[in-house]
Amino acid sequence: MTSNATRESTRPAERPRSGTLLAVEDLRTVIHTARGDLKAVDGVSFTLDRGETIGIVGESGSGKSVLGRTIMGLHTTGPTTTISGRVMFDGRDVQSLGPKDLRSLWGSQIGMVFQDPMTALNPVKKIGVHLTETLRKHQGLGRTPARERAVELLDLVGIPDPRRRIDQFPHEMSGGMRQRVVIAMALANEPALLIADEPTTALDVTVQRQILDLLGNLQAEMGMAIILISHNLGVVAGRADRVAVMYAGRVAETADAKTLFADPRHPYSEALLRAIPRLHEPPHVRLAAIDGAPPNMVQPPVGCRFAPRCAYAQEDCRTVLPELEPAATGHLFACHHPVNRGEN
Amino acid sequence: MSGTLATQPPAVPEERGDERVLVVDDLVVEFPAKGGGTVHAVSGISFELRDGETLGILGESGCGKSSAGRALMQLPPPTSGSVLLNDVELVGHTGRTLRRKRAKMQMIFQDPVSSLNPRRKVKDLVAEGPRIWGRKVTEDQIRELLLAVGLDPESVWDRRPHELSGGQCQRLCIARALMLDPQVLICDEPVSSLDVSVQAQILNLLEDTKQRYRLSMIFIAHDLAVVKNISDRIMVMYLGRICEVIPADRLAEHALHPYTKLLLESVPEAQLPDAELEVEEVGVTNAELPSPLDPPSGCRFRTRCPLATEICATEAPPLRESVSGHLVACHHAEV
Repeated sequence: MTSNATRESTRPAERPRSGTLLAVEDLRTVIHTARGDLKAVDGVSFTLDRGETIGIVGESGSGKSVLGRTIMGLHTTGPTTTISGRVMFDGRDVQSLGPKDLRSLWGSQIGMVFQDPMTALNPVKKIGVHLTETLRKHQGLGRTPARERAVELLDLVGIPDPRRRIDQFPHEMSGGMRQRVVIAMALANEPALLIADEPTTALDVTVQRQILDLLGNLQAEMGMAIILISHNLGVVAGRADRVAVMYAGRVAETADAKTLFADPRHPYSEALLRAIPRLHEPPHVRLAAIDGAPPNMVQPPVGCRFAPRCAYAQEDCRTVLPELEPAATGHLFACHHPVNRGEN
Repeated sequence: MSGTLATQPPAVPEERGDERVLVVDDLVVEFPAKGGGTVHAVSGISFELRDGETLGILGESGCGKSSAGRALMQLPPPTSGSVLLNDVELVGHTGRTLRRKRAKMQMIFQDPVSSLNPRRKVKDLVAEGPRIWGRKVTEDQIRELLLAVGLDPESVWDRRPHELSGGQCQRLCIARALMLDPQVLICDEPVSSLDVSVQAQILNLLEDTKQRYRLSMIFIAHDLAVVKNISDRIMVMYLGRICEVIPADRLAEHALHPYTKLLLESVPEAQLPDAELEVEEVGVTNAELPSPLDPPSGCRFRTRCPLATEICATEAPPLRESVSGHLVACHHAEV
């Protein structure tokens, strides 16, 4: 790995390492489609401290990726999309920024890693170009220093033989190596926030673990906050300080990771945990499937979004939309009839 | 959705003997690579599938598990080796003869949407198989099968695949396979493109279907917990070879091969707080999978293996039996 002395020279001005970095307030992202207004994100609020990791879990269509992209400023109010609520990043309202300010925010302040490392890289450009572009743009480095820094970055993300690799094309690398390059790009300017949207879903389990370990190590070193978006509860469980479970555009439950997995109060969180096959259980154990399918978000159900599939649903669930309410410090859930009541 | 099945628990099947429905011997699958060379996808694997059994094939991408599954179906035929289905050789036959001999073996795939003709309706998709054989299919038969896989015939009857969810399409694929009254069902990553709640529905459905239709199953997947949940025995593959054949109930605690241990150690579910798994660290350093164009000599895992010694480079380890039904191919594993 690279020595600290060389790294200091390119490090941006020291930032504070504690305090609130991101505040999302009642965020709503409505996407206008031919079939009607799709309420992809429908009233999400949370805060994220510097250096903290929040895991966002949910099934496909739960709005977790749109949430990540809205925070990033990739969705803005326009002909196809309407956004309300606020995203305050480091004291600035992301939605109020113009294209130029957004570009300077991306890369230098917020980095993003997507699911598919092949489509995140330009197939006709060498690895080095991907990295030096952001370094020259945001840090004003010259050609040679930028290339040196790019080699350091490849080394940092554990790519062997970086001086040779820097002149390769994306297709010459394996999926795991490509994802390391994407991470190197996202972290080139040491952003304060990294949004990782399913960073390991396209990778094999052994590679997945390496990438997650790498993110953890880099976080410890650079002190960035991470939003880790995944459908895989296991991925999030080991890596996040706090977890938010999303269902149908809303946060169903949020708590610190231990509490959420050990003592879920929302029936959806509980059902999701019970639906996963476990290695320590004997073969042929019947899985607790959740019947039905997630709702159509053009016309979501009145009341609780999960009520049509919920084993505990009662009359009020079908009429009154439950709000997030605290159970204990930092543990919030949106349910009229929470489970595991006696155990707390 | 799956209510119809849940209300009728499948009857416990009567004892079925150790009859072997599928015997695979020295199966080799090789493809010519671009720019010369040969991709060694599967390099001489032998196994058998007993009547009523589910055999899981576990491995990461590039290990040859899908190539092996498809070679059983002769899609395409293997480079060499033998596949006996009920003592009838499949390798070497083509066209009509092959279709007739293979009829008792059906397959479902990872992406259920793309394995269905987008222009056909559900009622026709289900009946497609027998109609190719020139058999008449009654509407009642179609309805019965749709119900059996947890689809409501009235609401899906005239729909096309794009109007169904991924889970519903996979149910439809299962119904299509069942229509031909198979004895062996090969499932290639049938749940890996589905959400966890739907994944559980499909796994339960496969388990019920297997009991009800007296199937034997080959279940190919990369997810350890999923494979363990559905299998009786698990075959772990790495770079075209079998590392270990392990009874499913031994997987979590008694794995012997360093690669199986590496997989167990990497499973993210082990991070869930109630996972009472104590996985020993294997200490694998080299992250990269060697190229299947030029696989390592001897044991194929040796380039990443912490136990590797000289013998591993020169001799391919044979499968050795540890306890009954548990085989491992490693020079250094303690059996």
